[in-house]
Amino acid sequence: MATKASRSAARLMMAPAVILLLGWMLVPLIMTLWFSFRNYLPLRGGDLGFAGFDNYVRFVTSSSFWPAIVATLIIVVGALLITVIFGVLLALLLDQPMWGQGIVRILVIAPFFVMPTVSGLVWKNMFLDSVNGLFAHIWKFFGATPVEWIIHEPLLSIIVIVSWQWLPFATLILLTAIQSLDSEQLEAAEMDGAPALKRFWFIIIPHLSRAITVVILIETIFLLSIFAEIFVTTAGAFGSKTLTYLIFQRVLESQNVGLGSAGGVYAIILANIVAIFLMRIIGKNLDA
Amino acid sequence: MNTTMRVLLGATALCMATGMVQAETLTIATVNNGDMIRMQGYTPEFTAATGIEVNWVTLEENVLRQRVTTDITTKGGQFDIMTIGMYETPIWGKNGWLVPLNDLSAEYDVGDILPAMAGGLSYDGTLYAAPFYGESSMVMYRTDLMEKAGLEMPEAPTWDFIRQAAAAMTDRANDINGICLRGKAGWGEGGAFITAMSNSFGARWFDEEWKPTFDSEAWLNTLTFFKGMMDESGPAGYATNGFNENLSLFQQGKCGMWIDATVAASFVTNANDSTVADSVGFALAPDNGLGKRSNWLWAWALAIPAGTQKEAEAKQFIEWATSKGYIEMVAAKEGWANVPPGARISLYENPEYQAVPFAKVTLDSILSADPNSPTVDPVPYVGVQFAAIPEFAGIATDVSQEFAAAYAGQQTVEEALAKAQQIAADAMEAAGY
Amino acid sequence: MARAVTRRRKTINTALAWGIGLLIFFPILWTILTSFKTEGDAIAYPPKFLFFDWTLENYAIVQERSDYMRYLWNSVIIAGGSTLLGILVAIPAAWSMAFVPSKRTKDILMWMLSTKMLPAVGVLYPIYLMFIQLGLLDTRIGLVIVLMLINLPIIVWMLYTYFKEIPGEILEAARMDGATLKSEILYVLTPMAIPGIASTILLNIILAWNEAFWTLNLTAAKAGPLTAFIASYSSPEGLFYAKLSAASTMAIAPILIMGWFSQKQLVRGLTFGAVK
Repeated sequence: MATKASRSAARLMMAPAVILLLGWMLVPLIMTLWFSFRNYLPLRGGDLGFAGFDNYVRFVTSSSFWPAIVATLIIVVGALLITVIFGVLLALLLDQPMWGQGIVRILVIAPFFVMPTVSGLVWKNMFLDSVNGLFAHIWKFFGATPVEWIIHEPLLSIIVIVSWQWLPFATLILLTAIQSLDSEQLEAAEMDGAPALKRFWFIIIPHLSRAITVVILIETIFLLSIFAEIFVTTAGAFGSKTLTYLIFQRVLESQNVGLGSAGGVYAIILANIVAIFLMRIIGKNLDA
Repeated sequence: MNTTMRVLLGATALCMATGMVQAETLTIATVNNGDMIRMQGYTPEFTAATGIEVNWVTLEENVLRQRVTTDITTKGGQFDIMTIGMYETPIWGKNGWLVPLNDLSAEYDVGDILPAMAGGLSYDGTLYAAPFYGESSMVMYRTDLMEKAGLEMPEAPTWDFIRQAAAAMTDRANDINGICLRGKAGWGEGGAFITAMSNSFGARWFDEEWKPTFDSEAWLNTLTFFKGMMDESGPAGYATNGFNENLSLFQQGKCGMWIDATVAASFVTNANDSTVADSVGFALAPDNGLGKRSNWLWAWALAIPAGTQKEAEAKQFIEWATSKGYIEMVAAKEGWANVPPGARISLYENPEYQAVPFAKVTLDSILSADPNSPTVDPVPYVGVQFAAIPEFAGIATDVSQEFAAAYAGQQTVEEALAKAQQIAADAMEAAGY
Repeated sequence: MARAVTRRRKTINTALAWGIGLLIFFPILWTILTSFKTEGDAIAYPPKFLFFDWTLENYAIVQERSDYMRYLWNSVIIAGGSTLLGILVAIPAAWSMAFVPSKRTKDILMWMLSTKMLPAVGVLYPIYLMFIQLGLLDTRIGLVIVLMLINLPIIVWMLYTYFKEIPGEILEAARMDGATLKSEILYVLTPMAIPGIASTILLNIILAWNEAFWTLNLTAAKAGPLTAFIASYSSPEGLFYAKLSAASTMAIAPILIMGWFSQKQLVRGLTFGAVK
């Protein structure tokens, strides 16, 4: 029963945040759009004039474009699957009574605090490296030939690194959600003789759907723009170039800001498609 | 206002001005290589001598390059001195973004800079960056393993000999690879190596009409030879090995030969870090008898962005850091093997430095690289392991990624070259050649 | 109301959870251990776990080469400042969305989140040019503003989900008692929302602390935070695992310790209104 006065007050209070974000979005967006139609080459002296749709055509027809879109989606979907599935399992486990629960939670939460650059470097050099990495040592110990992770499983390597960083986030949200589950309901089901798997599927999962939605939404936002993890591991080689990375190469390595800006516009379109898709599929879960 | 007042005011202003000069602070962007880190350590000496403070921004090579390029192209003015290489200097100099270094003091002795270095750091005859250290590339090999294989390294080997020796030295059971080379994607990593190597196979990046030539026989031979030899005798995962990875492999005794930057010589012969320090020999980079060797030429140099407020102080720093005096100071404190190499003629005339085992071969390597005529067939560009045009870094990074995918066996050499041709042709067309 | 559990089951749970916990934590533990090794031990095969010559020399080298405290201080100011500024802007917005919702509230929220999906590198040149014009390059205030804007959507959304859980009747009652809008927010709403605000602050400090694109590209010598510190240790010449580990440990230690001490608050904040 909001009055008219409180409505306009509400608008007023929303204004700073909305205006700031609008500025933060519109100013770069307009500049990106502007540059995307220009032949802007900083190393050749800057803005060399109108380019029409050349940049857009060139960006899409480059042999790297579609592989980059595919790689982006594989990484996002892969990391989401791993973090959600293992997050649910881990949250269920952590919800059980045990000794030293607080310490275990601290251990699990820790990767979330590590800078992406650091985790990329540590994983690449100290774990995945095919000569001096710990995995290579383990493989050798069992008499197997060490796997060249970065070369033969570049996407998997990146997915593992990213999942490691985001698993704590998923686990914690899901854990909080599980803890709010009415345990009487579970116990009743248990007494009725419902097997564990059934209880999991029909009581726990529906209860978690809202939390899973949130995890997917937030993680997608961050995963679509991962950069450091690729930059320090594969540097875009072996088919691990994502759309963000491709734009980085165009802007900073090729120093072609016009072309990169056109890529930026495509990335915005992709982000919006994903956002609409997410809203359709899971947005409803957020109401209620 | 009488004259006395005016004089007084003027004097005050002058005092303030000198006061400001004394409190002047230079911001210097540099790369995190060993010689630069050493230079950072000696900054207090510079400050003590001149009263000029120095703030260092030390970054990893790729990050540094992005950072300084963004700043110079937008005239951001964040740095008073930038550490750049032979690739950037002529391009930036041409655009008028750098302060010409044509008025350095007589004591500094510009004429003492190795002509190959000065040439690569100039545009149109004007020096735009002073070399801090310079390098070429050469063969570093294990004398003990070579002897065991019953072979002897000539002073100037051919590729065929290298391949044969690599196969003979390889001992996979004992984790010894006959040869370690860069395969890592990136124009300054595997891209630089394969480009320098291709020169000795008679290949070139662009013909005189700026058409890419990856469809040529010479490029096919280069890549086929490289991949064949590395598959036979190279380490596992060589497609991700760059300078650093190979350095640590060699230091751990896992490589029979390594063809890479001449500056690596001081690392592999340093007993603190290297397990093979006392059994390393050196030779010129290999050739194919076509008149060009496969060694590159590079310098890390200090340049002053045009528009800095502190040009005079920046020049003072550059004169200090790239002087003969600096070299002597490092030699006195840390030994001749640790001085920044490859920049000055006088260093190689110094008998004490000549006693360093890799001094002569380094100089010979540098002298045998000619950025102005890098290839067997004529080319329109300057640069041995790169072409000094703004588009090169972007194209070469993409191309080297295709090559790395071929080394990893994800596509054939022919497929990689076809894609490289496509990428380069597209980019050159976009740039309006 | 604890569920009755057998001792055996509890033991199994404990073992399993500890095992997984240690596995997840292992990369960090390994980094910390490596930071105390010599470069030779860092790559030794078989790997040395605890029995090596413990040394502090890597820390000494790192400290000698770069002024850690300066980077740390910049990180603290930039992460803390951007979060506090963001909270100030976000509280009124989240309040009005939660208590005076309109049809477009959800859309505005979603739109705010979608601004986070734009790839930063695409707008590097425009932003850099703007920063030159405004004289904000290499200043802490510039980074505070940018990071505030980057994280604002998350802050607004987290606060919104919190405020929504607060029963509207309490506000009604306060209003009946003659509370003004200002005192309503200040004396009624805020105290109730303090746990939520605290966890929002924590999460955003972490996000700002780890942001590595803008903090690297908009700074030079003065305002660089710990992400710039790390950029001078990734892949120099020669063996570097131990030095990299020491630098990494120094970069993540403050935030790790803060996170551990405040994990209870953080956990509550991470619900994002996911729990009903």
